[in-house]
Amino acid sequence: MAKALTQSLPRFTVVKVVRAVAQARRFPGLSLSILLFLLVIPGLFAPYIAPHDPLKGSLTARLKPPVWVNGGSISYPLGTDKVGRDIFSRIIHGSRVSLVVSLVAIVLSGAIGTTLGLIAGYFGGKLDALIMRLVDISLGLPVILLALVFVAAIGPSFGTVITVTSVLLWSRYARQVRGETLSIRERDFIARARVAGASHLRIMFRYILPNVVNSLIVLATLQVGFVILLESSLSFLGAGIPRPTPAWGLMVADGRELIVVAWWVSMFPGLAIMLTVLSLNMFGDWLRDHLDPKLRNV
Amino acid sequence: MTQHIGDVVLEVEDLHTYLYTKWGVVKAVDGVSFSLRQGETLGIVGESGCGKTMTVLSLLRLVPRPAARIVQGRVLLQGEDLLDMSESDMRQIRGRKLSMILQDPQTSLNPVFTIGNQLLEAITIHHKGRSRALVQRAINALKQVRVAAPERRVQDYPHQMSGGMKQRVVGAISISCEPHIIIADEPTTSLDVTIQAQYLRLLKEIQEETGLSIIFITHDFGIVAKMCDRVMVMYAGRVVESGPVRDIFNHPAHPYTHALLQSVPSMDERPQRLYAIEGQPPALWDLPPGCRFAPRCPHADTRCLQEYPPFFSNDDHHIAGCWRLESTWKTPQSFTLST
Amino acid sequence: MQRYIVVRFLQSILALWVMSLIVFCLARVTGNPLDVLLPMEAGPEEYERIAKHWGLDKPWFIPQDWSQPFDTQYATFMGKALRGDFGNSLKWQGYTAMNLVLQRLPATLELAGIALAISVVLALPIGVLSAALKDTAFDNGGKLIALLGQSLPSFWLAIMLMWIFAVILGWLPTSGRGGLTHMILPAISLGWFQVAALMRLVRSAMLDVLDSEFVKLARVKGLAEWKVVWKHCLRNAAIAPLTYFSITAGVLLTGSVVIESVFAWPGTGLLAVDAVRARDFQVVQAIVIVFAAVFILTNLLVDILYAYLDPRIRYQ
Repeated sequence: MAKALTQSLPRFTVVKVVRAVAQARRFPGLSLSILLFLLVIPGLFAPYIAPHDPLKGSLTARLKPPVWVNGGSISYPLGTDKVGRDIFSRIIHGSRVSLVVSLVAIVLSGAIGTTLGLIAGYFGGKLDALIMRLVDISLGLPVILLALVFVAAIGPSFGTVITVTSVLLWSRYARQVRGETLSIRERDFIARARVAGASHLRIMFRYILPNVVNSLIVLATLQVGFVILLESSLSFLGAGIPRPTPAWGLMVADGRELIVVAWWVSMFPGLAIMLTVLSLNMFGDWLRDHLDPKLRNV
Repeated sequence: MTQHIGDVVLEVEDLHTYLYTKWGVVKAVDGVSFSLRQGETLGIVGESGCGKTMTVLSLLRLVPRPAARIVQGRVLLQGEDLLDMSESDMRQIRGRKLSMILQDPQTSLNPVFTIGNQLLEAITIHHKGRSRALVQRAINALKQVRVAAPERRVQDYPHQMSGGMKQRVVGAISISCEPHIIIADEPTTSLDVTIQAQYLRLLKEIQEETGLSIIFITHDFGIVAKMCDRVMVMYAGRVVESGPVRDIFNHPAHPYTHALLQSVPSMDERPQRLYAIEGQPPALWDLPPGCRFAPRCPHADTRCLQEYPPFFSNDDHHIAGCWRLESTWKTPQSFTLST
Repeated sequence: MQRYIVVRFLQSILALWVMSLIVFCLARVTGNPLDVLLPMEAGPEEYERIAKHWGLDKPWFIPQDWSQPFDTQYATFMGKALRGDFGNSLKWQGYTAMNLVLQRLPATLELAGIALAISVVLALPIGVLSAALKDTAFDNGGKLIALLGQSLPSFWLAIMLMWIFAVILGWLPTSGRGGLTHMILPAISLGWFQVAALMRLVRSAMLDVLDSEFVKLARVKGLAEWKVVWKHCLRNAAIAPLTYFSITAGVLLTGSVVIESVFAWPGTGLLAVDAVRARDFQVVQAIVIVFAAVFILTNLLVDILYAYLDPRIRYQ
């Protein structure tokens, strides 16, 4: 039936695009380029690329539509918001925010999670049980809700968003690492190291950790997308990155009431989020398929 | 082994089944022909990867698609070519005329359904009628495989049974619709040795009761000796030797068969080093032009390496494909290996 | 199986307790609600009076006077909590915190329920067919949908959907609770992510099962292919995605916070946002505990369902 459907469509259409994009998971080229253009390069070089100051608005240029709509101008390619700030520049600067937040959060939660996972898997017994209990509980926490409460407690800032994300995300790493540690622990080269007198710490970090790194990288890559989604959701609710920093989630929130008159204020930042996370997921899938297909269910 | 052997029920002619992989075309079954008579047990032996399982899967047209395809050949079941049929007709054949026992009883049964459910499923595919009658059929099948208290057992789940019992259930499923031919793909490999003997005896009894034919895949010559009337030796996708069991045991004509028989450790002689055949079977996507066993054969010469040997036969319907027989044995008229 | 359920139940209680602890601490760190309640000119006596009234002057955990070891905020909190009493709302005068939450809970459950139903109804067939028709156009399309689903920020999707269907096309209302038309957009925005994740899980579970020996045997019996897929494979494949359901419940609940604020759906999510803004920690506590309880209950139910579906666990 699928064959009949695809044969009845004109050649250069949806089907080919669909197949290409779905296959693009296999080739990091597409996703990597999107990533580079949307996240990494703007994140690193924002001040040099962005045509306007993301924080300064111009009262005369309020709510200008994108360049291809009547009334738009090339100097504000994606339009302006209600204070007259250039959306394009804000998006570019916003990627810096997303980049920083996700990197730091991943590194932090990864570090905590990996360490605890190593300890749990290596020592086993009561320590393992305790840490796994913590993991279960941590996974059972309503993420956004607690984040709301937490951030409301200390006030929105970069620091709080990062802390909240790290605290809520470490458990996935812990679980993954623990599982792998359990199986690696039984292998011969570990026994040999122990016989040779290596300390527990040394074994964990010098022997087990390198074997676990592969799946960690895959997990981290897949998590970055999730972190960006989380951070933007929080910002959207007003409990994330504080104004007036150009965070994508914040920008979408700003455009919400204006959706009828100025759809571009919400549309483009959201699109940026989506494309970034999409390419991150595609890249993560490709990475996983190449590093270790056994991780299919991560 | 004194059952009545009747007419030919199955004739396989020049079967070719290839696997299309990213490394190339794997010729899993490369020109296999044989025939099977009613009431007869044919054994197929050979190393892993020689094509035994793919051959029988081709008979059932259950080769793993889309990679595998039956590219050539005929499979005549009582005169009808199975490869020519529509899929729905083929489904009528499966389970009803041609049936199969898989190797591992632990995994052949679906763990979430009762064995009664799975047994009944096999029956209802091919028989219509009142459910009470069908259930009775199921219970009879279980009785035939000597499962005690079958009325109670039908409610059990697979994990509540032992391996031997599960394999009997699989056996019951395969005979439930009274097939003409049962394919047994190493059915006892996963069982304990004591259970093995019981199971083989059971198969033999069922064969005597019903007169069905069995194709028995195994790598164990002991089983061949016990169960089979004829045996077919396969190597790298082709048949290298075939004939009556006794003949092959006493006078193996092909060097590979000879080597296989030699590698079976004997109970009578004094323990020596285990004999192992040197080398590896060839890669099925990169086959040599000559005899495929030649690189490992102690008697090979240049002709063996360059030209593929045809079959030669002797008077006892014993056929082998080896150049060494050219002078002593005859060239058969027909291509098919029929008795 | 009894033992299994009992163990899971006890674990749930433990998790709930830890939650209450976390909530207790966090809510109080949120900032003194008195600052919000009292007008700027209020003097120190006024402050003290209100503080006493709400019990906010007591220490958190360690009592000042050990002869009254339970005269702490935490003890009072736990004591009342066990009775379901979370105090009165600070912001919405006249309502108890628990009352507020329970009043709004049905709306959220309704939304989450519809979202869940939508995601299952979509994800299951797509996942099964994707696996059965592996690597065909259908499969690739399914994979694309899954990828998109997991990349779309739900709030943005909500806004875009609202823009397209409510503003431009005018087919559906933009906000508020009501009948089917009011439910569609929020439910889709909420459930979209789940469709993607669930579909992927179903697909990979099916692919695993399709390779099994018993599937081979079913075909040998002469069973039609569609029956092999739907009867034999699905029953086994459903087990893995089921464990995901427990996470789904949590995700749906927390996702409701965002979606409800976009669509002004009067559920507990919206309540949470308002309560946090108003520093009404009584209500916040109540909400988090209720969420956690729902989440834990769902987990328990899923575990039981899991045991039912897989007879191997049932008979241990």
